[in-house]
Amino acid sequence: MNCRSEVLEVSVEGRQVDEAMLALLHTILLHRSTGKFHYKKEGTYSIGTVGTQDIDCDYIDFSFVRVSSDELDRVIRKAVGEFKDAMGNGTDGMGQISLEFYQKKKSRWPFSDECIPWEVWSIKVNVVNLANEQERQICREKVGEKLGEKVINIVEVINQHEYLPKMPTQSEVDNVFDTSLKDVQPYLYKITFQITDTLGTSKTTWFCAY
Amino acid sequence: MMDSDLSPQDKKDLDKFIKFFALKTVQVIVQARLGEKVCTRSLSSPTGSDWFNLAIKDIPEVTHESKKALAGQLPGIERSMCVEISLKTSEGDSMELETWCLEMNEKCDKDIKVSYTVYNRMSLLLKSLLAITRVTPAYKLSRKQGHDYVILYRIYFGEVQLTGLGEAFQTVRVGVVGTPIGTITLSCAYRTNLAFMSTRQFERTAPIMGIIIDHFVERPFGNVGHMHPCNYRAPGEDEGAYNGVEDSQEVCTTSFSTSPPSQLYCSRLSYQSPVLVGAADFCHPSTLNTANPHQMGVPGKEGGVPQQVPVQPCHGAQAEHRRVSSCPPADHVPATPSSSGEDAETSSRSVGVKSGSPWGVLETTFTRKVGAFVNKPGTQVTTASLDLPFAAFAPRAYDLEENDPMVQPPESSATSSPLQGSLHSQGSGESGGPAQDDFVMVDFKPAFSKDDLLPMDLGTFYREFQNPPQLTSLTIDVSSQSMAEDLDSLPEKLAVYEKNIDEFDAFVDTLQ
Repeated sequence: MNCRSEVLEVSVEGRQVDEAMLALLHTILLHRSTGKFHYKKEGTYSIGTVGTQDIDCDYIDFSFVRVSSDELDRVIRKAVGEFKDAMGNGTDGMGQISLEFYQKKKSRWPFSDECIPWEVWSIKVNVVNLANEQERQICREKVGEKLGEKVINIVEVINQHEYLPKMPTQSEVDNVFDTSLKDVQPYLYKITFQITDTLGTSKTTWFCAY
Repeated sequence: MMDSDLSPQDKKDLDKFIKFFALKTVQVIVQARLGEKVCTRSLSSPTGSDWFNLAIKDIPEVTHESKKALAGQLPGIERSMCVEISLKTSEGDSMELETWCLEMNEKCDKDIKVSYTVYNRMSLLLKSLLAITRVTPAYKLSRKQGHDYVILYRIYFGEVQLTGLGEAFQTVRVGVVGTPIGTITLSCAYRTNLAFMSTRQFERTAPIMGIIIDHFVERPFGNVGHMHPCNYRAPGEDEGAYNGVEDSQEVCTTSFSTSPPSQLYCSRLSYQSPVLVGAADFCHPSTLNTANPHQMGVPGKEGGVPQQVPVQPCHGAQAEHRRVSSCPPADHVPATPSSSGEDAETSSRSVGVKSGSPWGVLETTFTRKVGAFVNKPGTQVTTASLDLPFAAFAPRAYDLEENDPMVQPPESSATSSPLQGSLHSQGSGESGGPAQDDFVMVDFKPAFSKDDLLPMDLGTFYREFQNPPQLTSLTIDVSSQSMAEDLDSLPEKLAVYEKNIDEFDAFVDTLQ
C-alpha cells in the first residue's frame, strides 16, 4: 500500500502561525475522527457521536470547525505551540509541520510494532515580517482567504475516498485508532515538524509522537 | 434496473439514508447562516438518534420546510434539492448569495455496501459540509447580519437555478458519495460579485436608547415570499419538539449502532434568551465599510471577524417561524401616573411604547406591575413594617418623592456648593416635580455610618455628588471665547509642531 501524501503551503505572519496550523490540522482531524467504538458480544459495534464547534481566529479573518474534544484540542495546541517556539517569535523562517496517519502492524518478539503510514499531510509554513499595521490588516484578510482555499483542498482530497484502514476488530482497534481520548476516536496519528531558518540550509527536526 | 440489484432491506436503508442525509444537509447549511457559532457536544456513548454519528441539531422549522419541499420525494436523478441563501437589506434590496445543491447522477456503484460504506461516506460528506459552509463568503456576511440586513434561506426541489447569482459565480464541490442507484454530489455555487453592497451607503439609524425593541409582528423587510430568515428563534428547549427526536423513532438502523433511541443533545444554538442580548445589539447597529464590501465592520472593532451578538431581530417572514420575545421595558419608558385611589402594591398599568424602528412605527404594550413600597397616599409606611434589613438605621418616616433628590435631582448651580446645600439637607432636595407613584425612596442611611466627622452622612454626600455642577469650561460663553483664542493661537502651534517634526516621526517609528 502506498502512503498518500498531500502538501499544503501557507505564508503567514508570526502571530498567525498558531491559528493557521490549528485551523488546518483540526479540519483534517475532523474528517479523520469517529465517535468512540463500543464493541458488543456478538461482534458488532456501535459508534459514539462526534460533536463540532466553530472557532474564530483572532489574528486571521477566518473561522473553522473542529471536533468538540478538549483533550484532542490540547494535544494539537501543544504540538502547534512547540512548532511555533521552534520557528522562533517574530522572525522570518520556514517550517513544515506534518500530520501523519498510520497503522500499527504487530510484530513478533523481539521486534517492535511497525508503524505504517497511510496518509501524510504536510503543511509548509513561510513566516513573514510585516512593516506596518496596514500590511497586517491586509495580511489578515489574505491569509483568511488562503486558509479557505486550503480547507477546500483538504475536502477535495478527503472526498476522493481513497485508502482507509478497514474497521478493526476489538482486539485490533488500538492498531488503527487512538483510543486514549474519552470522547472521540481519531485514527492513529503523529505530528512531526522541521524548521529551516533563513541563514542557510541548516535543518532541525523534532519528533513529537502521540 | 439498478433498484432490482438491491435487496429490499438495502433499498429501504438507502432510501432512509438519503432522506436523512438531505435533511441534515439543510440543517447544517441553515445553521451555518444563523449568524451564531455552532457548538455541539461529543458523546462517547451512542444515542441511536444521531444520524451519521454526528451531533447535528434539528431545528424543527427547518426540518418542516425541508419536508415540505421534498413533498414525500427523495433527491434523485433530475430531482435536485437546493438551498438558496440570500441577503435582504432593511431598504428592501435583496441578493442571492449562494445555492447549495444536492444532486444525483446516473453513475452507480453497485458493489458498494449500503449499510456501511455509504453511511460512513455520507457522514464524511456532512463533515466536509460543516467545514465548507464556513469558508464561502456568505458565512462572514451571516455572522454580521442584524440591523441592516438579514440572511434568508429557501429550499426548493427540482431544477437547479443559478441565474440569481450573477455572472461570475464560483462553484465548490463539497464531495460525492457513490451508491448503487446513483452518485450523490453536494456542491455550492456562490456569488463573487457583491457590487450592489459596495455602492450602497447604509444609513446608520440612531440608536434607540433604552427601549428594547420587541420582535416584529409584521414582516419588517416587506414581502419575502417564500424566503425564510436564518435568524428566527426556535421554540424553547422544554418544548422538546425536535423533529430529530421524532425521526429518531426511525432509529439509525446501521449494523454498528444498536443503542436505544434517546433525546438529542441540545446545543446552545438559537436557544439563548433574547432578553440577554437584544438590547445591546439594537443599540449598536452595524455599518457597511464601503471600502471592502466583504467587511461589514462593527464600529469600534479592531479587525477580524467580530464576535457577533447572536440574537437578531426576528424578522418573522412567516408567523409560524417567528417567536415574539417579550422584553421588559427600560427604565425611561414614560409611565403614566396612577390615580391616587389605586391600590399601591397590586395595581398594574399598561404602558404604550413607540419603538421608533426604521421599519415603521410599532406600538408595543407592556404590562408592568407596580413594585413594592409604592406610595400609598394617606398611609404611612414605616420601614419597620416593611421588614427591611437594618431597619433600625432607617428613618421612621420616609419623605415624599417630590422632595427626594434621588427622584428629583436638585438643579445644579455654579454658585452654590453641593456640600453647603447638604448641610441644610435632611436627605431631601429642594426641587419638586410631579409625584412619582411607582416607588418611594426611603432615605438612605448607610449601616454603621457616623455623623461626627462631617456634618452630613454618607448617603447625603452620595446624593449631592451624583449631580455635580457643570464644568465652567463647558459653558457656552467660555467655549465661544476659547474658540476664538484657539483659532488665533493655531499658527503658532503649527509652527512649533513643524519645528519638532523629527521628534514626532521618531515617536511614530517606535510604534511600528
